[in-house]
Amino acid sequence: MKPAPFEYHAPGTAEEVVSLLAELGDEAKVLAGGQSLVPILALRLSAFDHLVDLRRVGELRGIERVNGSVRIGAATTQATIERSSEVAAAVPLLARSTPFIGHFQIRNRGTIGGSLAHADPAAEYPAVALALDASVEVLSSSGSRTVPAAELFEGMWTTAIDDDELLKAVTFPVWDGRCGFAVEELARRHGDFALAGACVAVALDAANRIERCGISLFGLGSTPFRAKEAETSVLGRVVDDVISEDVGREAVDGIQGIASDIHGSADYRRHVGAVMAGRAWQRAIEEARGG
Amino acid sequence: MAEVVREVAVEVRVNGTARRALVEPRLTLVDFLREQCQLTGTHVGCEHGVCGACTVLLDGDAVRACLVFAVQADGADVTTIEGIAEPDGALSPVQAAFRDHHGLQCGFCTPGFVVSVTGFLRDNPHPSDEEIRDGLSGNLCRCTGYQGIFAAIKAAAEG
Repeated sequence: MKPAPFEYHAPGTAEEVVSLLAELGDEAKVLAGGQSLVPILALRLSAFDHLVDLRRVGELRGIERVNGSVRIGAATTQATIERSSEVAAAVPLLARSTPFIGHFQIRNRGTIGGSLAHADPAAEYPAVALALDASVEVLSSSGSRTVPAAELFEGMWTTAIDDDELLKAVTFPVWDGRCGFAVEELARRHGDFALAGACVAVALDAANRIERCGISLFGLGSTPFRAKEAETSVLGRVVDDVISEDVGREAVDGIQGIASDIHGSADYRRHVGAVMAGRAWQRAIEEARGG
Repeated sequence: MAEVVREVAVEVRVNGTARRALVEPRLTLVDFLREQCQLTGTHVGCEHGVCGACTVLLDGDAVRACLVFAVQADGADVTTIEGIAEPDGALSPVQAAFRDHHGLQCGFCTPGFVVSVTGFLRDNPHPSDEEIRDGLSGNLCRCTGYQGIFAAIKAAAEG
């Protein structure tokens, strides 16, 4: 199908983008890579009177190391992130999750800001942002604010970003020390959205105690899920005393509203989520031990 | 809903030739190529980014032409299947390998495969078998069972 008609805007600066958004309100939608938005428009799942394209806004692209974190412009493509040695070294979880997104042709256009703002519950980047305690910089005509990933995802395709706001950049804290990171997912075909997946970030102290960890799940429920209870129960424990399968099971315990569909029942998806979280835990721990 | 939308002037360099047109913003790049440029080698399949039949090179990168609006390609360089062969008509290494290894049957998906693989091998000239399969995963073929296509890419990469 063809998208419904819309007016096209391609401003040159972030300031101009937010002033257009302020003027046009909810009749406008920001267009970044378009790899989720264009199919939605083509399938007529949604329609907007105005699209505001970010392609001329150079300030929204780029990857920079800032003190203890990595700041990535919202319009930076997934392909750029996939090829970045800076990201691979400083935010390994982000680098490792990227090849799971769609196919390389999609990643050539798709952006990190688009993935986060679209907030598909089965997408990888929102779960990575949650597990690593990332935060996003949001700009509007009345100023900018920072939203922690933990407060960003409000529901299926719904975030805390208002209609007149632009997601400008995302900042990932760099984890130091003996760390391990892993992402695992199960999809029917490579490039499909996952039935369920899990991200694990973990840091060990010199005595092999779990000093810090972040566990998140995706493809289950209406938002990505941070498994706080599972994290709390392992923190401070010696890693040999922790059984991966138990971590996996506990990680999916509190998830509400898992959907049943043609690809799997809610119980099956929960089971897959537990297995993925257990495997990701195992791999992250192996890496951290070697660190 | 916007009743009357402004048409937008675009200039896209397609296979080395500048193409100027006034387009509706909702016109996708694949429809622009087929209808305004009369380049019908790029095929329209699913129109929502799943099948890969409409793949073109946009500033050198393989992309879905159904997921890019023509207005977004203003000022860009586009290479379609018509621009893949040598100027004298000789097949490119990828095209020749598809012919030699029976990498096509009905041919509907072939332009998308050839363009995708051309972009893939540029970035990864010596892929492993696993990487070839991964690189192929974004294009659908309903005839061949992919074995001929896989063999073609392996040959093109080694050649």
